[in-house]
Amino acid sequence: MAVATKSKSRKTRAMAAAAEGGNSLGRDAWRRLKANKAAMASLVLLALVGLMVLVGPWLSPYNYFSQDYNAIWDAPSLASGHFFGTDQVGRDLFVRTMTGGRISLMVGIVTTFVSLIIGVTYGALAGYLGGRTDSIMMRAVDILYSLPFMFFVILLVVFFGRNLFLLFAAIGAVSWLDMARIVRGQTLTIKSQPYIEAARMAGSGTAKIIARHIVPNLLGIVVVYVTLTIPQVILFESFLSYLGLGVQPPATSWGALINDGTSEMSVAPWLLIIPSIFLAVTLFCFNFIGDGLRDALDPKDR
Amino acid sequence: MLLDVNDLKIAFATHTGSVPAVNGLSFAIERGESVGIVGESGSGKSQTVLALMGLLADNARVSGSAKLAGEHDETPSIELLNARSRVLRAVRGARIAMIFQDPMTALNPHLRISTQMTELLAAHRGMKRRQAMDYAVEMMEAVRIPEAARRVKYYPHQFSGGMRQRVMIAMALSCEPELLIADEPTTALDVTVQDEILDVIGDLRERTNTALLLITHDLGVVAGNCSRAIVMRGGDLVEQGAIEQVFESPRADYTRNLLAAIPRLEG
Repeated sequence: MAVATKSKSRKTRAMAAAAEGGNSLGRDAWRRLKANKAAMASLVLLALVGLMVLVGPWLSPYNYFSQDYNAIWDAPSLASGHFFGTDQVGRDLFVRTMTGGRISLMVGIVTTFVSLIIGVTYGALAGYLGGRTDSIMMRAVDILYSLPFMFFVILLVVFFGRNLFLLFAAIGAVSWLDMARIVRGQTLTIKSQPYIEAARMAGSGTAKIIARHIVPNLLGIVVVYVTLTIPQVILFESFLSYLGLGVQPPATSWGALINDGTSEMSVAPWLLIIPSIFLAVTLFCFNFIGDGLRDALDPKDR
Repeated sequence: MLLDVNDLKIAFATHTGSVPAVNGLSFAIERGESVGIVGESGSGKSQTVLALMGLLADNARVSGSAKLAGEHDETPSIELLNARSRVLRAVRGARIAMIFQDPMTALNPHLRISTQMTELLAAHRGMKRRQAMDYAVEMMEAVRIPEAARRVKYYPHQFSGGMRQRVMIAMALSCEPELLIADEPTTALDVTVQDEILDVIGDLRERTNTALLLITHDLGVVAGNCSRAIVMRGGDLVEQGAIEQVFESPRADYTRNLLAAIPRLEG
């Protein structure tokens, strides 16, 4: 009974909201996202983390690379200006966490975005066109999948030297494969929906059907996958950094900081705990936002 | 003559060989005329329509001809079978429109009705947003949807089945097609809603002088809405003729059996 009343009030609210106007999918989704407390809190928190990472280094008198042998393993303290303490060579952890965050977030967002664009276009095309085109396109993905990734990255680094752009390219080159597969599978189900046939009956061309009818209906699953990819990519970057293939000291990233922290755990636990908190909070936020977006983008699920 | 179908044959290439779906069907539709195709499931009626629209599955083999008259008397007729996709796209929606059996799934759940309708109008009639919007509301009113101006902004799931079918009709007829193909338009609906839907179609057709090709297994629907009937069975043409002739003095045994199979209250 209670459930019925609740769902009814939700429905009437949604109807009233829909009737008010506003024509774009984006605006509707935003209105629904605003009603989701967990997602909004995550969004605010994530924005805060982003802001800290951007302006944080300027708030501290220290920089991320200067070593200070008078301040090794200093515990976090407001008085000394080492808000998060220092590491084994006396570098300020606060500034290092902030600058590391820049790299982690940038790697996470940029590579995911790249994999999103390539993966969705590729997958939707393969799925929609079907037949031989689909077979050829997906076999190409299978072949790329079968290449040992580490080998690929090492080759890239050996040939082109180490730089951040290469890191983006390397991670992006692998992560779009999953996206393409997921999108293709989903496209196959959407393709057989009557409204796609109806759109073809109404004289829409391939490009328009993909852009207007397939991609919007993919959004739900893609968004969730993106929020899973960002953390995955951030972790992946830390793995590469650990192997010495990613970010090079003194530059750092959250993953690299956590790796360093594990070895100092017994003497200076803050070196592990603080970067971990930042990474965990960010990953949590992305997950909640993804969850909220999926609900917000599905017009039926309100 | 608006549509002239001659010796239409459809077969599907499968692993076990060619499976025929339609074996040599010929019929014609005049401008503004309403023709019903009746047949049991598997008689090839739906495949006939898909062939006309060029939307058969990839493994279908089509032969024969289906000529759609030019838009004006002086323009040449268009061959629909095996036509280039560019030619077909210009015909679909604009000159031949279609209504589907299941209104619950034939609308994109992610787009508002207004978006779906205005895009159609913009594509085929070159209307501007505002103009298309006004026209969409007008069409919604024409299919007797109350509070059309407000409801045009709804998403498909906010409508009931009957309402959605009206939306489909409004969309199909908004580009003033010369031929409306309705594939079992009322099968998925309540009997009470059925009548209203057919009524709405009839109303709008009169206004725009649209020809109707109604596909159904329901003889009653054909009797009430069509001037001519085509009876099909197993991909073959059983008989065709004026509605009175088919119903009152059917030539084929199959048609007689069909007519006898209509349930009556006074048994």
